[in-house]
Amino acid sequence: MSKEYEMVIGLEVHVELATKTKIFCGCSTAFGGAPNTHTCPVCTGMPGSLPVLNKQVVEYATAVGLATNCTINQNCKFDRKNYFYPDNPQNYQISQLYYPICVNGGVEIETADGGKKTIGIHEIHMEEDAGKLVHDEWGDSSLVDFNRSGVPLIEIVSEPDMRSADEVIAYLEKLRQTIQYLGASDCKLNEGSMRADVNLSIREKGQTEFGTRTETKNLNSFKAIQRAIENEKNRQIDLIEAGEKVVQETRRWDDNKEYSYPMRSKEDAQDYRYFPEPDLVPILISDEWIEDIKSRQPEFREEKMVRYAEEFDLPEYDIDIITANKKLADIFEATVAICGNPKKVSNWLMVETMFLIKDRGMDVEDISFSPENLAKLIELTQSKAINGKVAKEVFARIFDEDIDPEAYVKENGLMAVNDEGELKAVIEKVIAANPKSVEDINAGKLKAMGFLVGQTMKEMKGKADPGSVNAILKELLGLE
Amino acid sequence: MANIISDETIEYVGILAKLELSDEEKEQAKKDMGSMLDYIDKLNELDTTGVEPMSHVFPVNNVFREDVVTNGDDRDNILANAPEEKDGAFVVPKTFD
Repeated sequence: MSKEYEMVIGLEVHVELATKTKIFCGCSTAFGGAPNTHTCPVCTGMPGSLPVLNKQVVEYATAVGLATNCTINQNCKFDRKNYFYPDNPQNYQISQLYYPICVNGGVEIETADGGKKTIGIHEIHMEEDAGKLVHDEWGDSSLVDFNRSGVPLIEIVSEPDMRSADEVIAYLEKLRQTIQYLGASDCKLNEGSMRADVNLSIREKGQTEFGTRTETKNLNSFKAIQRAIENEKNRQIDLIEAGEKVVQETRRWDDNKEYSYPMRSKEDAQDYRYFPEPDLVPILISDEWIEDIKSRQPEFREEKMVRYAEEFDLPEYDIDIITANKKLADIFEATVAICGNPKKVSNWLMVETMFLIKDRGMDVEDISFSPENLAKLIELTQSKAINGKVAKEVFARIFDEDIDPEAYVKENGLMAVNDEGELKAVIEKVIAANPKSVEDINAGKLKAMGFLVGQTMKEMKGKADPGSVNAILKELLGLE
Repeated sequence: MANIISDETIEYVGILAKLELSDEEKEQAKKDMGSMLDYIDKLNELDTTGVEPMSHVFPVNNVFREDVVTNGDDRDNILANAPEEKDGAFVVPKTFD
């Protein structure tokens, strides 16, 4: 009989903060600049340069700590973590070991069985990101770009409280949602503004002691995280069943090969020789400062959900989807403020917007159309100036290029034909051209109606309102 | 000298600091490190019960910058310090992460 095992998982989540400048210098954090164009003596580790802390980093870190029920260390400091690597120009990273800014928090997640569970947060600390290494395909060398060096990060260290991949995903979704609501980061896994390292061990069910854990890195999507967890679980169980030992090590996930391999152990075990950072003075976070940050916290998802139900009378299903992402909720609220009609707005966001996001391989965060144009489109459909089919086409243009739907509809002659006389003439022509269908309808085969409506729409180049066409058709055929 | 640095320790410290020392240099480094530790040990003679550890001797806290971009593109100057450059980047020996 095979034994039953359970996973014990803890996460280290790095989040790039949405500041305009780096943590210790006035260089831009903008993504995608040409190599080394956002660098200075501080973030390239030139001798004699001195770091000065970006106040906004402390504010964001505190805000995230408060939103995840942490205690704020009102007296905190930075420490030096020493190691050599080409992407680390100082040969040390400025981080926090002894007095991290936030400790002892936790967030509540929903489990697969619909229950609730709290995942503890051990600590959140502030630190600087490293540069980026690009491998030179032609030569025997690598190229270093320090644009990312010194970009502010928070590292959120969970307790080993998760027991399945689903719980890991639920925890990450919750963190992402909270941080996006705060505006502290866009949390894009694929662009690396949110990165999760998975610490995982296996033990027999019922055991209280932890097994030996491994750390898996390089997980760039929720799918990759899920796959890597399943893979690592099976690898460790196989080792244990074969009577072998799990080695404590860091492994790198290769999502194409769906396999992880041990990273070359840096010479000797990790010995970072941390010591207090002498170039930065302590940070004192007063009660007043904390209160001020608290007073600026946004309305979080739970509060929004209650308000949406009361204020907009939306179905729970809609509220769940719209509030899942701050960006979507913001567009929803801004659009409703212009044109009312919360249910119509919700439909456009849940159905067409989601479809196009998927179709274009984008992320909700990448939505760039303006609420004004969506509101105009809804008004055009409400006044029957355009029909549903045309509206969908126009929306795709709004989604892609944020066009003004009123101007677009006019320029392209997409206005619905609501002139009854004109419609009637076309329908009479269609009836005359399709005697067989008329015969079928008279014989009770009402399916043929659909064909005639279709023919009419074709004649009208899609610009008629199908409802009106149906009504006139019935009238002319004497079906009413 | 109260603190004796072993061969293993000096070897390990050398690896961590990425230093290759000759036998003579190792002997000298062992002596230097021993006397440094002796000097630090002096502090243990003080009674520090109830004294908060500190990381800074100046009574200065909360030195901040506002989140405003003040640096422009200074790549040419930054790269002037690179032993070798290519395509606007520092060239280093091939490294996999």
